[in-house]
Amino acid sequence: MSSNSVPEIGPSTPYFAGHFEDVDQKIESDILGMWLFLAQEIMFFGGLFTAYSVYRHAYPDIFQLGADQLNYLMGAGNTMFLLISSLTMAMTVYYTQHGQFRKQLLCFLATMIFGSLFLVVKYFEYKEKWDHGLVPGLNWDPHTVDFAAANLTSPPENLKLYFILYFTMTGLHALHMVIGIGIGIAIFINMLLWKKYGPNRYMAVEMFGFYWHFVDIVWVFLFPLIYLI
Amino acid sequence: MSVAHHVPAKNYVINFFVLMILMIATVVAARFDFGGANLPIALAIAITKTACIVLFFMNVRYGSPLVRVFAAGGFFWLCIMLAFTLSDYLLFTNVMGSPTTVAIP
Repeated sequence: MSSNSVPEIGPSTPYFAGHFEDVDQKIESDILGMWLFLAQEIMFFGGLFTAYSVYRHAYPDIFQLGADQLNYLMGAGNTMFLLISSLTMAMTVYYTQHGQFRKQLLCFLATMIFGSLFLVVKYFEYKEKWDHGLVPGLNWDPHTVDFAAANLTSPPENLKLYFILYFTMTGLHALHMVIGIGIGIAIFINMLLWKKYGPNRYMAVEMFGFYWHFVDIVWVFLFPLIYLI
Repeated sequence: MSVAHHVPAKNYVINFFVLMILMIATVVAARFDFGGANLPIALAIAITKTACIVLFFMNVRYGSPLVRVFAAGGFFWLCIMLAFTLSDYLLFTNVMGSPTTVAIP
């Protein structure tokens, strides 16, 4: 569409609050603020990754045994769901900027669906861990683990350490997904009922996309470190 | 105008397929035993995927220099934390106590 016609979605003129000089300054401020938020998220997850590195270095055989208890195909499937949802998220921003209402809605809906599929797989994974007695503190009875074959150099109880880190890291990541889907539903309602976001007002959608892509990045590191090696 | 970073939709799709190939690569690489090289290979693939996501999905590639500095800052602080923590634990192996005697309560 040409820039001087009124778009079918979003405000008819570029939107920015009164304390900004112009729309460019608003957009730059939004992006910088979001990156500051993501920087503290990086440090937040970074602390856990640092703890993981230190303990993995101290107990390599325990971490190997722990990774063997996980189903890497489930992890790979979940990686795929998140990557697809990241693509549809990027496409949502694209169609918002280009004022295409139906495609905007469909792509955003797909993002939410693939995000939810991730959580469904996560539920079955957690349930399996519970049934195998691999939940430290609540249900610890690792009857499916073959400790004798693993030739451990440290006490078998130390497997708890791996699963404490597993549940903390994947749990916090899943919490981020739940929060993301919650905010996503609010954005979706705004899109569907009031056509709030369009070529003249898309930063809320793009910033939500930043958050969504960031949660994807965390999983990109969690998947190989926890499931594969 | 920085607003009009009209990236073609094709770029996002290409980026997605590159990410999928890297995901398959990391799974396949982990099925083979490269000895000590498995961890560096997995981390290298993860860092490449992160770069793809940050540069192309999050459009840092088309961002202003200030945006790039902010984006790089978070990862740089993470590198400081990891480097200084691990310099302790990797160099002084007895900081944790001997693995054969320490049990998790």
